[in-house]
Amino acid sequence: MSRAAGRVNIDGMPEAAALPLDDPRPPRKLYRSSDGRWLGGVARGLAGHLGLPVVWVRLVFVGLFMADGLGALLYAAFWFFVPLGVGGVGAQRPPAFVSTETAPDGRRRLVARKPDKGQILALLLMVVVALVFVGNVNLGGGATAYLWPTVLVGAGVALVWRQADNARRARWMEVGRRRRRTLTLLRSAVGVLLVTAGVTGIFVLQGSAAHLGSVLQAALAVLVGIALLAGPYLVRMTQDLSEERLMRIRAQERAEVAAHVHDSVLHTLTLIQRSADNGNEVRRLARAQERDLRAWLYKPEGTGKDEADEPDTLAEAVRRHAAEVEDKHGVPIEVVVVGDCPLDEGLTAQMQAAREAMVNAAKYGGEGGAVQVYAEVEGRTVFVSVRDRGPGFDLDAIPVDRMGVRESIIGRMERNGGTARLRAVPDGGTEVELEMERAEKTS
Amino acid sequence: MSDANGPVESGGSAEETPSAAASAEATGKTEPAGAAAGGRRVRVVLVDDHRMFRTGVQAEIGQTERTGVEVVGEAADVDQAVTVITATRPEVVLLDVHLPGGGGVEVLRRCAPLMADAEQPVRFLALSVSDAAEDVIGVIRGGARGYVTKTITGTDLVDSVFRVQDGDAVFSPRLAGFVLDAFASTDAPPVDEDLDRLTQREREVLRLIARGYAYKEIAKQLFISVKTVESHVSAVLRKLQLSNRHELTRWATARRLV
Repeated sequence: MSRAAGRVNIDGMPEAAALPLDDPRPPRKLYRSSDGRWLGGVARGLAGHLGLPVVWVRLVFVGLFMADGLGALLYAAFWFFVPLGVGGVGAQRPPAFVSTETAPDGRRRLVARKPDKGQILALLLMVVVALVFVGNVNLGGGATAYLWPTVLVGAGVALVWRQADNARRARWMEVGRRRRRTLTLLRSAVGVLLVTAGVTGIFVLQGSAAHLGSVLQAALAVLVGIALLAGPYLVRMTQDLSEERLMRIRAQERAEVAAHVHDSVLHTLTLIQRSADNGNEVRRLARAQERDLRAWLYKPEGTGKDEADEPDTLAEAVRRHAAEVEDKHGVPIEVVVVGDCPLDEGLTAQMQAAREAMVNAAKYGGEGGAVQVYAEVEGRTVFVSVRDRGPGFDLDAIPVDRMGVRESIIGRMERNGGTARLRAVPDGGTEVELEMERAEKTS
Repeated sequence: MSDANGPVESGGSAEETPSAAASAEATGKTEPAGAAAGGRRVRVVLVDDHRMFRTGVQAEIGQTERTGVEVVGEAADVDQAVTVITATRPEVVLLDVHLPGGGGVEVLRRCAPLMADAEQPVRFLALSVSDAAEDVIGVIRGGARGYVTKTITGTDLVDSVFRVQDGDAVFSPRLAGFVLDAFASTDAPPVDEDLDRLTQREREVLRLIARGYAYKEIAKQLFISVKTVESHVSAVLRKLQLSNRHELTRWATARRLV
């Protein structure tokens, strides 16, 4: 199920899932289904719970609806009391949103999904059924007249409730989907309008239209009174709730930190103690852990990316190569990156050349201290320099048959339309400078 | 010297001219100070909440006979730091960025009058393990004269302390990178042309620092004197502290996808 993402232990072996495996048999609870639902997700949820095809459940509801509207009442009751969840049958499972935890109540998270056309169809169908019902029903007397306002009220309530469901559902989605704000408000407003119209209609039918003004005033007065009485309490309750949510998020974050520290840092410390007499190994372990922890602490996305992913920007690629070379050769490599850009073919070649330069620097210039790597994106030009403080070397003194530097650095850069320069730094050491023009933006 | 992880550029280097070093008030010395600094002395206060780290630094640079650094006080949080600094009036304070009680920035804020003292200003050098641009740029804007990482060798740290004592700026490669990011050319019009832009020369110097060059090497590379390099770096520091571009940190922090 959900595995803690973005962690690799020191040996580069993917870790076992940091979380205990999900209980193979979670208790079956009744939820309303939030995906593939037509109205409130009641039928789908029930079907999922009872193990029946969803069509049957829907048919039963429709049938009961014909029975003096009992189905509608039942449906409404279910909608009101059963919590919205994930599940049901026959729904195309959206790919599970990879998260480091499951929701506290054991539900999985969803990825955002496009609204489907089936819902619109379903709503039309329901209107037709309602009309048939209205035509068939015989409540006797003048009661028939009240039907329309009642239907209006029902429609309004359904709209608002669905909206509330959506709001709750959006909370499980990845945050930051704000663009539908206006739509949400609009829907709620329409729902309220429908209800108001329905209620007013009932009043009018009762013949109290003459008193409508005073009735409305009285209702308003009552509403204001209730708001005054319950308002502070409600406000405090929402504040408490949001505070509680914040605390829960914090606790989760803390747990995540603890898990990370527990898994990788303690592990490394153990290894360091075990190989205390091997200076190089200790240094390598400590560097690797430091890098890992830094990436984890200072990455904006918190947990960092999965190490298995291919880097897709320059900064990531440079850091990745430096880390690998550092691990392999045990020489610290300091990386400074200014600016960033997406990788293209030429830049990937440049990264390969840079890596080769880092390997050389670590192998032949590692005694002089850390290797310094600098990468900069400026306009269309990407510049990378790799510098060591070793004894330095003379390119012309290298036999022609030794193709390392010539081929893998200079040749590679030139084949891809870039340039490579090797030079001896006056105060000792070697510097490799790689320059490459970025591909024109295709977008 | 500017390079936090670079070579050991101590007094043993080729162009030792003790005569120049003898004038203690000469600012912008062309040699790194240190063991052979002609008996220079600097009084230092260590501010760091990790006792282990303070002990380590004390052991590495605190042997006054050898290094010329005299540790006159230590502090583990903001209040202590302000008290100790006010009482001892050191020339240089080694300041950790993360401190209980408000962080290094708070110490800088409360010691502002001491920094501005015309007679004997207290100067700050930030020392941190942090990789976060807002931390680093925050303490520089708060008035620190430089920033080095805690992985710096003892010798380099001593050099940096003497540099700060002379009123020069100390930039680690990482800080140089942050500053280049922060002052990157953007579409936003500068509020103050003099403060919100780096000159071409300053940019070149910063780039070389980020590439791991020591001041001396930069001077050779650009055919200018070390003093000129230092004045460029100090100018950058001044811009960093005085620029009103509020986005400075944001730019340095955000990944600038060009």
